[in-house]
Amino acid sequence: MLTDIRSFNTLKKNLKKPVEGLKSIRIAILADSASQFIHQAIKGYGIESGIHYEVFEADYNQIDRQVFDPGSELYEYAPDYVIILRSVERLLKKFYGLSTADKENFADQQAAYMDGLYQQISSQLKARVITNTFPEINDNVFGNFGTKTKASFLYQVRKTNMGLMELAGQRKNLFLVDLSSLVGAKGYEASFDPKMYISADMVFSLDILPYLAKHIHDVIMAIAGSFKKCIILDLDNTTWGGIIGDDGMEGIQIGDLGLGKAFTDLQLWVKELRKRGIIVAVCSKNTESIAKEPFLQHPDMKLRMEDIAVFVANWETKVDNIRYIQGILNIGFDSMVFLDDNPFEREMVKQNIPDITVPNLPEDPAEYLPYLRTLNLFETASFTEEDSERTKQYQEEANRSILQKSFTSEGDFLKSLGMECEVKAFDNFTIPRIAQLSQRSNQFNLRTVRYTEEEVRDITQSPDRYTLSFSLKDIYGDYGLIAFVILNKQDNNTLFIDSWIMSCRVLKRGMEVFTLLSIIDLAKTHGFNRIIGEYLPTKKNGLVQDHYQKLGFTSIGDSRWELDINQFTNDKQVHINRK
Amino acid sequence: MEQGQILQQLTELFRDVLENDDIVLTETTTANDIEEWDSLYHIQLVVAIEKHYKIKFTASEIQSWKNVGDMAKAVATKLGA
Repeated sequence: MLTDIRSFNTLKKNLKKPVEGLKSIRIAILADSASQFIHQAIKGYGIESGIHYEVFEADYNQIDRQVFDPGSELYEYAPDYVIILRSVERLLKKFYGLSTADKENFADQQAAYMDGLYQQISSQLKARVITNTFPEINDNVFGNFGTKTKASFLYQVRKTNMGLMELAGQRKNLFLVDLSSLVGAKGYEASFDPKMYISADMVFSLDILPYLAKHIHDVIMAIAGSFKKCIILDLDNTTWGGIIGDDGMEGIQIGDLGLGKAFTDLQLWVKELRKRGIIVAVCSKNTESIAKEPFLQHPDMKLRMEDIAVFVANWETKVDNIRYIQGILNIGFDSMVFLDDNPFEREMVKQNIPDITVPNLPEDPAEYLPYLRTLNLFETASFTEEDSERTKQYQEEANRSILQKSFTSEGDFLKSLGMECEVKAFDNFTIPRIAQLSQRSNQFNLRTVRYTEEEVRDITQSPDRYTLSFSLKDIYGDYGLIAFVILNKQDNNTLFIDSWIMSCRVLKRGMEVFTLLSIIDLAKTHGFNRIIGEYLPTKKNGLVQDHYQKLGFTSIGDSRWELDINQFTNDKQVHINRK
Repeated sequence: MEQGQILQQLTELFRDVLENDDIVLTETTTANDIEEWDSLYHIQLVVAIEKHYKIKFTASEIQSWKNVGDMAKAVATKLGA
């Protein structure tokens, strides 16, 4: 992931680079202002980040025609994402044409209008819709009194943004790019070039375009399942000011001491990320007991041991330690962010682990947090309550891996865990988590089909499809829902495994065999004799390359595998009890 | 700054923005003489010139330019003022 924003010119030059080998994503851009530059910026940003955006750009100001005409080029193009970009300048013109009474209802009508667009698109396409919030400008017809006046533009544009946010909360496939806060951070004057607006109807300055492109890209990536899951913190001069080994616990800067506020604010932010479900790990060159002391005892520390999923403090290299952390968490390096004040350490990690994101922290700790916020590192496309439990689960995992060392056989160890698994068809409680797992899982994912909540719900309604979800717990804790399968009836005799996804946290516990036995049970109950599985390779799912072979399936070509239930005998011991 | 010097610097900016190192500007060069120079690139050129010299043009100034000579003159005037 990029941590430096390139200029528009640089992004544009990327358009000449070859795109072979890049992942393709089809998008449509519908805008009510001139969109050529936006088009170029998004495409250029994509190439910089390894994505080839295939773009359909509608003619100028054609949103309504493209959306409401069922025979339009938009529907013919059938993109994965429809990006609707609307300008506050055009909004203002619409607003001025209204009577006072209509002005007071403007925001409600705007939300209804956007919902209309969304519904229309959704009725014809499976695409996600991304639109923007509006910069909250005051036209100063009422001055500051506009804040007290429903018929003022300021009042209505703010309410429109709120209305769009509420709408997006209700519509699963509608996402917002928050242009309002983006322009708030950069300033309207820096985001809007009156000259470009007058001469070409371009409402975004060249300087704001890379940021807008980045945010649109971030939203798409999060929906597509690529996002950050973990933040790794260095300690001395990153998490607190000073060096714990030299200055001692009383001497480090946190709280209100000196520069302490900068570090405390950063800690508070990281703690909020942790509550949202981001895993926090520590990687520090230190003596472990000394490094842990502030987490246990310092009154001003906001981050505590219970916030840290994996704590590594020793004298090995950071590269080795980050690899170790990755081994325990079992997530891709591309979903990890590493914070370190030392440019040398950063460079070494970047060189050796190119996929990890390593922001170039400013020299002044006072600027750490403001800088990190501008990077929008932790974009997401979902949030469930289970997310906030994740830290505990990884701590339990770390405990398990210590315990494992004391058993002589793997079987004994697995037996000692007292694993219990609940198996059931998808229901209203599990559907959000299943959709999320389908979005997130890359490694143990046989066909990598992504589903939205709505699509999962549709699957449960279909008479020709069968679902199973698996929730696991053991004596150390509850993993929650860790695996699911979706099965399609291929013919009266055959079930096809459409999706088989498992969280990598439960690898090597016999879950694969347990899941297969559950599939066979289900097949027998419904009178099927044959199960077909398929492995579609991606860059990330090499882990399950031999999955079906290991389970006793026979290859029938085209990456497909077959299992005759009546011939199947299980020779593997499973230490998981069905609950 | 002299006109010639400005012309030289504009040439550099044009080459960078239009991604064509063969461009040689004279005072009489117009958009018709350079293949890449369309209305979109024109906006980019204006923004690049503004950034380079830390000046701002008005919309009507830009519309009044008939050739590169007019552009260079506008730059010289802004820098002189």
